[in-house]
Amino acid sequence: MSSLLHQGRASYAFFERNWNLTKRYWAWEIVWLVYNIVNALAVTFIGAAAQDLPGTKGLKIDTAPLILFLVIGTAVWSYLSVTFEGVTDLITIERWEGTIEHTFMAPISRFTHLIGSCWYAVAHGMLFTFIQLFVVGAFFHLDLSHANYLTAVFMLLAGSVSFIGFGIAASALPLLFTERGSQMSYIVRAVLLLVSGVYYPVSVLPGWMQPLARISPATYVLQGLRAGLLENKAVWSPEIWSNTWPLIITGIVSIPLGVFIFRIAERYAKRSGKLKRNG
Amino acid sequence: MAIHDLEDMQLTETIVIDTTKDAVVIDGVTKIFKKSRPLLRWPRSEQKGKQREVHAVDNVTMTVKRREIMGILGANGSGKSTLVRILSTLLIPDTGRVTIFGYDVEKDERMVQRLINRVSVEASFFKKLSPMENLIYAARLYNMPGAEARAKIKSILTRLGIPKDRIGQPLEHMSRGMQQKVAIARAFLTAPIVLLLDEPTTGLDPRSKLDVQTFVEELRADHDATILITTHDMDEAEALCDRVAIIDQGRIVAMGKVEELKRAVAERLERTTPVSMNEVFMHYTAAHHITDADIERYGSWEKPSKRTRPRKRMRRSK
Repeated sequence: MSSLLHQGRASYAFFERNWNLTKRYWAWEIVWLVYNIVNALAVTFIGAAAQDLPGTKGLKIDTAPLILFLVIGTAVWSYLSVTFEGVTDLITIERWEGTIEHTFMAPISRFTHLIGSCWYAVAHGMLFTFIQLFVVGAFFHLDLSHANYLTAVFMLLAGSVSFIGFGIAASALPLLFTERGSQMSYIVRAVLLLVSGVYYPVSVLPGWMQPLARISPATYVLQGLRAGLLENKAVWSPEIWSNTWPLIITGIVSIPLGVFIFRIAERYAKRSGKLKRNG
Repeated sequence: MAIHDLEDMQLTETIVIDTTKDAVVIDGVTKIFKKSRPLLRWPRSEQKGKQREVHAVDNVTMTVKRREIMGILGANGSGKSTLVRILSTLLIPDTGRVTIFGYDVEKDERMVQRLINRVSVEASFFKKLSPMENLIYAARLYNMPGAEARAKIKSILTRLGIPKDRIGQPLEHMSRGMQQKVAIARAFLTAPIVLLLDEPTTGLDPRSKLDVQTFVEELRADHDATILITTHDMDEAEALCDRVAIIDQGRIVAMGKVEELKRAVAERLERTTPVSMNEVFMHYTAAHHITDADIERYGSWEKPSKRTRPRKRMRRSK
């Protein structure tokens, strides 16, 4: 019990620390939020322009569902990006600030360290996404009368679990590659963006790429979220459940696997001296 | 057999330590760093036989007794910090074993982490955060409740001379000396039974140095702490340490009480007047013995090759 209390307290330490850092770096948070909103708008305007694009002249296209499809894609992508970055940055930030050795010296389990950093990333990502959705929605007068918001939140949370596992595994990269490890973790995000059907249905991907979509948690988050927001599907409906169980399985596998990979990387860093800030 | 329970540490399980044991035992520890090769490189871009290994710590054996203040003296790059990192569970030695009150730093990592804390030469903080925010974070990692930690943090920082109005201000606005005092407060906050101080007063003004030294002595007196301090400040070593070890190129070249070492060096130099600690240090690290003949024999003194490292030169002076 006392051990659980200690791990809980330590986990909260990471949440509180990250919240304090967010408050101190508030200007950067605004820049990042504006960047995400502008990106989302740029993508969504493609949907609005569908009727005027080459090859569609004279066709009557209802752009509203396409716009909503893209808005959901950009929102989910923003959420996953912010969450993923929050997780992968747990090493980069500490190395940058020079605190990594102090944190790694603390008498806490690595699981506590990683999960403690992750739950702030989830809360942060959630806040960013809803602000972005609100602003982008105002530009396009979206019809969200059929939206089931409970399903939307549920799918984002369920997706977070499996994304955290991917993030933890990717955060081993800055531990191994002191100078460019953070940038190397971008490749994981980029592949997920490509194969998960963020801005297009997975069916347009080449046949050999489509199996990758099935192992990407983002695919199921997007499908579930679109079913909830476009078709008012409830959390307990079969359509949502068919996207939930793959996320649960991915989470069950990816979190322990991510922690395991991280521990191997940590041991390597302690053997080679790469834990030190300046490598 | 004296058994001491660490009840006031707030840490989860009760740690039982045998106080009759030596606090720190370092047994034949070696740490070699290999310089990494670039993933892509031109063939023959490197000179054949170019040294790619650095013996940071080379077969070091020493013990530190409970409540002792042990100084590790050495020049920059002599292996002091690497040794402290090994003790801090941040580096895994290649060979040898290190124990803290009988707990192995590699096998009983978590247990050792509960017993120790470390202050490094650079004050490692989230610089945008205030001392209070940084220290609350540290306190929670060591299982200290928020309210209790806040009271303790204020008390320690005030004792170290940090003005109350600065406790809530970002650390980046503080001088290096003040930041280092906050680093020391962070280590004291967890009441470590073994405190590792890695050049804690480097770059501090004389008054701040004295404040830190006083606090270190208080920690030993009030909490029975064992303290291992690395420094290249000979006056500090003389003022604080019960014993000192001099490390050069990763090897311990001399160890003992300050007065013993001074006497030994005076005898070898056939001096009747007392020698200073600086002279002791120079004698054992032997930098002043480098002659043109040495350079001709061993090559460039800046990068002596491992095979031809002039170890005899150091042993000669023992």
